[in-house]
Amino acid sequence: MILRLSGLEALNITPEFGFVVIGERTNITGSPKFSKLILAGDFEGALAVARQQVQGGANLLDVNMDEGMIDSEAAMVRFLNLIGSEPEITRIPIVIDSSKWTVIEAGLKCVQGKAVVNSISLKNGEEEFLRQARLIRQYGAATIVMAFDERGQADDRQRKIDICSRAYDLLTKQADFPASDIIFDPNILTIATGLEEHRNYAVDFIEATRWIKNNLPGARVSGGVSNISFSFRGNNTVREAMHAAFLFHAIRAGLDMGIVNAGQLAVYEEIEPELRERVEDVLLNRRDDATERLVDFAENVRAKDKTRVADEAWRAEPVEGRLKHALIKGIVDYIDADTEEARQKCKRPLDVIEGPLMAGMSVVGDLFGAGKMFLPQVVKSARVMKKAVAYLMPFMEAEKSAGARPQGRIVMATVKGDVHDIGKNIVGVVLQCNNYDVVDLGVMVPAAKILETAREKNADAIGLSGLITPSLDEMVHVAQEMEREGFRLPLLIGGATTSRAHTAVKIAPHYGASTVHVLDASRAVGVVNSLLKEELRSEFDKKTRQEYERLRQEHAAKTKKKKLLTLKAARANRTPIDWSSYVPPKPEILGARVYASHLGSAGCQPVVAGNLPATSGDESKTSGATKVQGASRQAAEMNRLAACAPQNVSLRTLIEYIDWSPFFHAWELRGRYPAILDDPKIGKQAHELFDDAQELLDRIVAKNLLTPRGIHAFWPANSVGDDVDLFADDLRSEKIATFYFLRQQMQKPAGQLNHCLADYIAPKSSVSLRLASFGSASETHTLLQDYLGDERLSHTDLIREKYRGIRPAAGYPACPDHAEKRTLFDLLDAEENAGIKLTESFAMHPGASVSGLYFSHPDSKYFGVGQIGRDQVMDYAARRGEPLSAVEKRLAPNLDYSI
Amino acid sequence: MAANSFHPLEALLRERIVVLDGAMGTMIQDYKLSEQDYRGKRFASWKGKDLKGSLELLNLTRSQVVEEIHAAYLDAGADIIETNTFSGTTIGLHDFLFQGEPTRGRKDQEFFQRVLDNVDLRALVHEINFDAAKIALHVADRFANETGRRRFVGGSMGPLPVAGSISPDVNDPAFRAVSFDQLRQTYFDQAEALLEGGVDLLIIETIFDTLNGKAALFAIIDAFEKTGRRVPLMISGTVIDKSGRNLSGQTVEASLISLAHAQPLILGLNCSLGPDEMESFVEELARISPYYMSAYPNAGLPDALSPTGFPETAETFAPKVAKWAENGWLNMVGGCCGTTPDHIRALAKLVRQFPPHVIRGTISYA
Repeated sequence: MILRLSGLEALNITPEFGFVVIGERTNITGSPKFSKLILAGDFEGALAVARQQVQGGANLLDVNMDEGMIDSEAAMVRFLNLIGSEPEITRIPIVIDSSKWTVIEAGLKCVQGKAVVNSISLKNGEEEFLRQARLIRQYGAATIVMAFDERGQADDRQRKIDICSRAYDLLTKQADFPASDIIFDPNILTIATGLEEHRNYAVDFIEATRWIKNNLPGARVSGGVSNISFSFRGNNTVREAMHAAFLFHAIRAGLDMGIVNAGQLAVYEEIEPELRERVEDVLLNRRDDATERLVDFAENVRAKDKTRVADEAWRAEPVEGRLKHALIKGIVDYIDADTEEARQKCKRPLDVIEGPLMAGMSVVGDLFGAGKMFLPQVVKSARVMKKAVAYLMPFMEAEKSAGARPQGRIVMATVKGDVHDIGKNIVGVVLQCNNYDVVDLGVMVPAAKILETAREKNADAIGLSGLITPSLDEMVHVAQEMEREGFRLPLLIGGATTSRAHTAVKIAPHYGASTVHVLDASRAVGVVNSLLKEELRSEFDKKTRQEYERLRQEHAAKTKKKKLLTLKAARANRTPIDWSSYVPPKPEILGARVYASHLGSAGCQPVVAGNLPATSGDESKTSGATKVQGASRQAAEMNRLAACAPQNVSLRTLIEYIDWSPFFHAWELRGRYPAILDDPKIGKQAHELFDDAQELLDRIVAKNLLTPRGIHAFWPANSVGDDVDLFADDLRSEKIATFYFLRQQMQKPAGQLNHCLADYIAPKSSVSLRLASFGSASETHTLLQDYLGDERLSHTDLIREKYRGIRPAAGYPACPDHAEKRTLFDLLDAEENAGIKLTESFAMHPGASVSGLYFSHPDSKYFGVGQIGRDQVMDYAARRGEPLSAVEKRLAPNLDYSI
Repeated sequence: MAANSFHPLEALLRERIVVLDGAMGTMIQDYKLSEQDYRGKRFASWKGKDLKGSLELLNLTRSQVVEEIHAAYLDAGADIIETNTFSGTTIGLHDFLFQGEPTRGRKDQEFFQRVLDNVDLRALVHEINFDAAKIALHVADRFANETGRRRFVGGSMGPLPVAGSISPDVNDPAFRAVSFDQLRQTYFDQAEALLEGGVDLLIIETIFDTLNGKAALFAIIDAFEKTGRRVPLMISGTVIDKSGRNLSGQTVEASLISLAHAQPLILGLNCSLGPDEMESFVEELARISPYYMSAYPNAGLPDALSPTGFPETAETFAPKVAKWAENGWLNMVGGCCGTTPDHIRALAKLVRQFPPHVIRGTISYA
């Protein structure tokens, strides 16, 4: 759902919009400067503050006049009326901020656009809350709702959630309030106060935000960010670091907007690592002494602040580094001098733009894309860039005037609704330097104006640019209009959100003449040359059309494939197994058993009490038993292996189980072992390789370089929906773990199923777990990993492809969520028992470790979960009790939507 | 209301392109009525300012003229006629009907409060609107009976001579001649009388300052409560020039967002521009608006040299507007200043062949 607001212009806050910056400096309670101006009646000066917020990149402007010394209502009206006469300021929507309803209502009567009320709450009960909400609705505004109720301010996560969800229900069900016009402020409260009960405030806010975004559809979350750091007032270095780090984490949890000082935001990535760590310890409540440690650090920072005005260390870097730093930090102070220095180093002035400046901007773009920089900072970067380009312009003009007459004329514009022009300006410069005549219409240019100018100026091509996503639609619109009005000029598309695929799929089909995407400024000249030069045009156009046709086909194929079933429909198409006629095999033991060669037979010990005696496996017995499942057979193999293996030959025993074919594959020798050794073409190499491997294995065994260790376990299991519960014993009274599985959602031809691992488990089935690893005794273990195939524990004749059931692993296609390994490892206590650790991202260490789940039912099969829909991801996150964003992050390759 | 798919007007909008009437004001001017005609018997001994040009007063003094114009448009094929109440508000009529003077050198909120509170003026405004509704309904019913086709009466609520978000004094940008509450009050009186008079829908038109429009919509909701009658709304803004903005500076999309909360049945553009200049904004609004789409431009930009004061004749006007219908942009067409029954007749004939616009906009209040 889109939150739509307006000043003189529309502000459509789509889910892709990114963080919305609410300028806070026009708040009398938060800005001493603004307060002083208003108290002195200097409204001109106050307007300048507002203007600076807009120029600094504020998307919304928060206006607050709550001050005991003045008539707040009158001041609100006067200031809003004045803003109304300033097109540059009133361009953006207003946030009418007051703790007094009368002031808010007075403000609502002054704005023609769709404003935001800040705020209403349940403080005075439901009746008053609904009355105010209905009035806001009648005035045509959106509203911020504070997490406040009759009992007071919500501090912990649960209170925040309870109040927001109650307010949401009241608003949507009783006040006919559109959900997309609701913005929750779950209270950013001050942390690091020294009080125990304040320690978790930031985490509470972040978690409440996550909950709101996952559970109250359409609603947004905002907050007054500077509150968080109130304990450190006077220490801007620490405060800015806290704000940046807090925003970084809160935005990832779903925070949509914040009241911040637009134009003064630190960059998360640029916070000094030690400070960042200490700040995050406090924010995320990671250690008991976090506050003390940050306070200690802050003292240092303050002491340093006094002795040093600004950190000028970056000035010592080579000029490329300085330009990059200036761009990221938005520092204009030295840009002319640095640009000049770079110009003298380069052959042509254009090289400065295409080299160090573009490199710096690309870092800015990456940081912005990763949510580590916000729009106001990008605006500052853009200013630095513009200044550098402006410095170079005269040099490029001089170079140009020496050149020949124009090769063609290009009309360029940033499309309507978009103000971003830095990329377009660079393209313009580059084209001009190459003797093209560029007519630049600037930003926010309506289609009609572009077409009219192109006609008037007799242009040879039209170039459209845009940064924000709505610009993409506007570009489509321009293309349609060009077609409608019978244009035949080439149309060039550029800008950060544009792409070759988008141009091919969405724009080109609407316009008959050449429509070409231009990746960046460096490609502009090539493309324009190819399009405008008679001898190149037809070939280039043909190539582009073929290329775009291919992209369209790819896209069509993808979208076709992408059509997903709903989770409900997918579940209805589960594997139908008749459990009433199936008796699952009974394993020899219940619980886990650990193997370690150096422990010898003593290592063969159940670590969880099972109700079956541990018996050494008997191969003939297990393989002969028709009802015995593959998994248990394998376990029996391992049992036999462990129980019978004399202590010092265990490695030797394992070697018999090596599946050599994948080993040869890994060395790019294709063929089956042992036949490959006699292959007329590659037999010789295979032999040599095999001998080398044998030699290495001999050495490993002889010197005891490696210590194989492993655990396997069996537990009674039941499926519950798409999950599988494991129990301590056959009575199934104590649940010890749950595995969460994902289900295929792709459309299947009739008769094919939407698989999920849980389908293979019934109330009377059991799941077996296995973990095996080679602990290293020397640095050679990595080598071993290369030499040993995936099937290193399987005996060729016995196991390969002939076992029944499946043994999928977490992180593989049937169970793409690596996090399931955590459950498995905890169950097996794998770290203790096998010495295998899981990293934060669930990678196993040492690397040559394997783990998996065993399913015995004969109908169970390997499959890939593939693309899954948002419905399943939300369901899955809820089942796991995890925030949606965390799950989405892990399952990113499987999501059929973008996050 | 937009959700009320059973309203006969919405049923018609889904079926075909609906035709609105043309200009009232420029038609009345053709009658070349004298001061005496405007006064009629009732105001013969009126002591105040001259009444000539007070078009809405004719509902009381020359209802025959109003009836004739309505009939001409219905005969030309209009499905909807608008009441002769474009400026029928206390503030809209104060220049003719209010005797007070500003006390502080300029018309300010104190002055307009006296206008709003003037008992006689309020009674007169009520009567004008109530009667205007009755006149239009009478003619519409007659045509419905004669032709067997239902006709609708839209209560016209035009702009005011004052704006809520614009200062009339360049040296005092914070000054506002009227407050939001005053705008509400003047629009409330009109809406209440029109609803009581029985109009089928309310048309808030020629919105040049969105804040005025918001006040009118606020007042209408109050009037719905007060009268116990709810009717569909039609909102029509005006773009003043090719910049694509209204007088108070908003873009078409920004005004749409600012007014969407009223959930009108129909939303569109009228006045200020002729079909040539309005085209790109009609296209834009049709693309982004979630409501049925209307457009009724002027017969071109005012042109003192044309015999009618407007350059587009029925023959040139109709094909231009019909082209928008052909492009699939419209659910309702009509004409504003300078259009005549001939314009509407030509237009009605041309748009008959095109299917109505399919709503694609997504600004949802559902």
